[in-house]
Amino acid sequence: MATIPTTASEIAAAVASGALTAREVLEAHLARIQEREADIHAFNLVTADAARAQADAIDADIAAGRPVGPLAGVPIAIKDNMCTHGIETTCSSKILEGWKPPYDATVVTRLRAAGAVMVGKTNLDEFAMGSSTENSAFGATRNPLDTSRVPGGSSGGSAAAVAAGFSPVSLGSDTGGSIRQPAALCGVVGVKPTYGLVSRYGLVAYASSLDQIGPFATTVADAALITEVIAGHDVMDSTSIPQDAPSLVGAVSQGVTGMRIGRVVDLPGGAEPEVSARLDAAFEALAAAGATIVDVTLPSLGYALTAYYLIAPAEASSNLARFDGVRYGLRVNAVDTNAMYGATRAAGFGDEVKRRIMLGTYALSAGYYDAYYGKALKVRRLIAQDFDKAYESVDTILMPTSPLVAFKFGEKADDPMSMYLCDIYTIPTNLAGHPAMSVPFGTGAHGLPVGIQVLAPALGEAAMFRVGGALEAAAGGAQ
Amino acid sequence: MSDSPLSSIVATPEQMLPGGWEMVVGLEVHVELATATKLFSGSPNRFGDEPNINIDPVTLGLPGALPVLNKKAVELAMRIGLALNCRIQRCIFHRKNYFYPDQPKAYQISQYDLPLNADGHLELPSGVVIGVERAHLEEDTGKSTHVGGATGRIHGSDYSLMDFNRAGVPLVEIVSRPDIRTSEQAREYVSELRSILEAIGASDAKMEEGSMRCDANVSVHKPGTPFGTRCEIKNVNSIRALGRAIDYEARRQIDIIDSGGVIRQETRHWDDAEGRTHTLRTKEDADDYRYFPEPDLVTVDPSQEWIEEVRAALPPLPAARRAMLHELTGYDIRSEAVVVAVERGQHEYVKAVVDAGGDPVKALIYVTQAFAEAGASPAVPAADIAALTILERDNKLSATQAKTVLAEIVANGGGDAAAIAAAKGFEAMDTSAVETMVDEAIAADPDAWAKYCAGEEKAAGAIVGRIMKASKGKADGKVVSAIMQSRRG
Amino acid sequence: MTQSGSPISAADVAKVAHLARLDIDDAQVVHFTEQLAKVMGHFGDIDALDLSGVEPMTQPYPLVNVMREDVEMPTLNTDEVLASAPATEERRFRVPPIVGTEG
Repeated sequence: MATIPTTASEIAAAVASGALTAREVLEAHLARIQEREADIHAFNLVTADAARAQADAIDADIAAGRPVGPLAGVPIAIKDNMCTHGIETTCSSKILEGWKPPYDATVVTRLRAAGAVMVGKTNLDEFAMGSSTENSAFGATRNPLDTSRVPGGSSGGSAAAVAAGFSPVSLGSDTGGSIRQPAALCGVVGVKPTYGLVSRYGLVAYASSLDQIGPFATTVADAALITEVIAGHDVMDSTSIPQDAPSLVGAVSQGVTGMRIGRVVDLPGGAEPEVSARLDAAFEALAAAGATIVDVTLPSLGYALTAYYLIAPAEASSNLARFDGVRYGLRVNAVDTNAMYGATRAAGFGDEVKRRIMLGTYALSAGYYDAYYGKALKVRRLIAQDFDKAYESVDTILMPTSPLVAFKFGEKADDPMSMYLCDIYTIPTNLAGHPAMSVPFGTGAHGLPVGIQVLAPALGEAAMFRVGGALEAAAGGAQ
Repeated sequence: MSDSPLSSIVATPEQMLPGGWEMVVGLEVHVELATATKLFSGSPNRFGDEPNINIDPVTLGLPGALPVLNKKAVELAMRIGLALNCRIQRCIFHRKNYFYPDQPKAYQISQYDLPLNADGHLELPSGVVIGVERAHLEEDTGKSTHVGGATGRIHGSDYSLMDFNRAGVPLVEIVSRPDIRTSEQAREYVSELRSILEAIGASDAKMEEGSMRCDANVSVHKPGTPFGTRCEIKNVNSIRALGRAIDYEARRQIDIIDSGGVIRQETRHWDDAEGRTHTLRTKEDADDYRYFPEPDLVTVDPSQEWIEEVRAALPPLPAARRAMLHELTGYDIRSEAVVVAVERGQHEYVKAVVDAGGDPVKALIYVTQAFAEAGASPAVPAADIAALTILERDNKLSATQAKTVLAEIVANGGGDAAAIAAAKGFEAMDTSAVETMVDEAIAADPDAWAKYCAGEEKAAGAIVGRIMKASKGKADGKVVSAIMQSRRG
Repeated sequence: MTQSGSPISAADVAKVAHLARLDIDDAQVVHFTEQLAKVMGHFGDIDALDLSGVEPMTQPYPLVNVMREDVEMPTLNTDEVLASAPATEERRFRVPPIVGTEG
């Protein structure tokens, strides 16, 4: 058997050319899953049989000379908050345990049409609420680089799947950093596209105005490839930007000569010194590659955390109200409907979900709306205006993805606020609706990976991937 | 509904309730729009299907589903806004959060502080103008069936069954200002609204089938003093029930106040069989709906161009139709014939009869009398009716004969009036023959004639009856009456 | 106006738990109140901002007039949907008796 390449683009090329079969590729990945999944727990469900059928169908297409898509035979793991027709979609919550959606998310449809082979549904913090994947109702995911540590979250399963080689690429969702932060902690590439670039149809909503689907990959080019496949207008999502998917793969190797890259002089503190050191190194590397580093200020950035932890729970409190035991999912029987609601939701949701539902309900309730939710929406505007101003003088901005490298299990589990602070650098782009990506750039404390975050204005993915590609190239030499 | 503390609209003395009380009523009317699909998804908007057939991820509130606004629903809502003289404005949707098993997402997508249509009014045929605060878009709920218990009602039932076919059907909620002062005005308002909604094709507006639902906010006060505490009356299923419910509720409130009690703000349920309202819930502990802007939908900002396009496509409204019939016939716009013809949508048919050369007044009368069940477009050629009106106008047929011919034309779906009249042996009597008959009848009943001459108009009936009998209905009543008047001098 | 950093009380927590239909016992009320008070204490930071004249931002990418034509789309299979429901009867979703209020 030929060696299986590690990147999606190489696999797709090999499968399309007949050098490898999709089935061979799949079996190699299933073997890796078999070997390490018990230690990692990246998946809520491995869909081996369905994947084999899909791989065989692609091989049949190739044998028959039928055209195949750009991801032919590429194994992909999907975060378990995206609907897959007839395949359990749980959001790592007891309230949805066993639920088989009667429809596919748009991204799932697009990936299948492109020839990707879904190997399973990955673990997450329940309903994507968390930064460590410890909040899963079905057990935490472990960081493949150090199984005593968290993989980050909430898309910890998808990050771990790629880091462990279970699939070359995966999909996550990012509401406040849930792709970028675990990508950083697991040493892989993670992208949150512009809000509206990728359809949310079929993504179980956490916070509708912040959620966005994006890829994990081992290379920046693979991340660009997956983004190209899943992006583009979808009539099923009213907030989908009415534009075709952009071309991004080409940007990755374009270099950064002449680009202006922002350094935030008033960046909120809290990053570990090793993380700050890697950020400095990243600026040096980009300057060496021909970019100009420009100082910018983002004075409202420090308020992003508060705005986020009011807006996201408020939307979540409404989005998660539909889990009421009437039409699907868990029901705890009781004497009347109201009692059934209370008992079902108490039994079905974990503590972090309950905290955010209560926080959000409070922020929206009569007498508090103006003080909390209304105010948070205004702070959100200030943050977006800060970015707009900064992007008048720079093409992209660089900052750390996470203030910390991967931490130990239980370290923050009992202190919601310290967990929330993990998102301090990732949240602002969600509030603004902008794209951002995390690129591994060397290591920090304990030899664990550090991710550097590249931020760009709305629909600035091409610029973001140029810088991401340059960082990746520099990191190869820097380590 | 907004309460103005002191209203400039005051009941006339004859509209006041005993004891110097005035009722203050505002109406919230929900109408289902006549779209092919739902407000936010492509499932059919259809009444009467098997349960849970017209469902999709959005309708069921499945995880991951997202709403996409139906353009036709917006357009129909704009038609309503234009018909009610509203300002069509840039608007957004809000989520109204509450748990109830017929509400699949546990929130209703509705409009809150920025509705599509605002600040309109409706002029009733009686001339009264009722303010329209807003007319906004929102989605309908599913339907519950309550099983077990004695009555099939919600209270005391063993369990309930949910059908989501209706969930997500587009509704427009039309909120009046508290400008209504009598139950008669309330009925007139709803009746006029229904005519408008039908005329503009926005809704079939059937209260009996629930495609039009009406809640009434009722309070009482003494003119010149602030409005009283209001109660919201629900479950009113016909225009007649609306009038009864409002009258009952106003009386109930006056009785309470008169006996030293205080009105509690609450929702009350109208029981049509019992003819009374029951308390449903008090509003002090009403749900905190936690309205916030719906993040899954974007702003709707109708361009002036679109608004004008919708306006241009609006058919004439009932008021314009009544005015047209008034122009045509000289009948008052409030006359029963005009109101009935417009309510039935038969104004165009009346006009067609006139256009075919018919006599306008007779055309209106014939149409309203003969086509009660025929709908807007009777199957009889307008020219046939026109010919008949001319025969009668020219005294070729008496009114009685014309009626017989009309019945035959209607029964046959058309026909040549002259031929039918000839076949029946109808012929107009010449005036001298009628004069002779009048004189004979006077001679036969001098008492009646004397009374008639003394000004007792009713006495004419006996004379006319004799003449009609003698002529076998061929004498034209108007000719008879004219001769009798000239004889009386 | 209420300040964003105001402490949340146990009564507030009990009230929002009810609004959100989450049964929590007294011990949990105490526990959640403690945690939420700590989180909300942090939120006081935005009270320092001058937000007068700032337009609330409800959506990150401003789009207007996104609408679909009034055309039927495929519906879901009723059997498939009912099969994943907790309780059904006569092709409807069955729920325990509804107490209190209607609509």
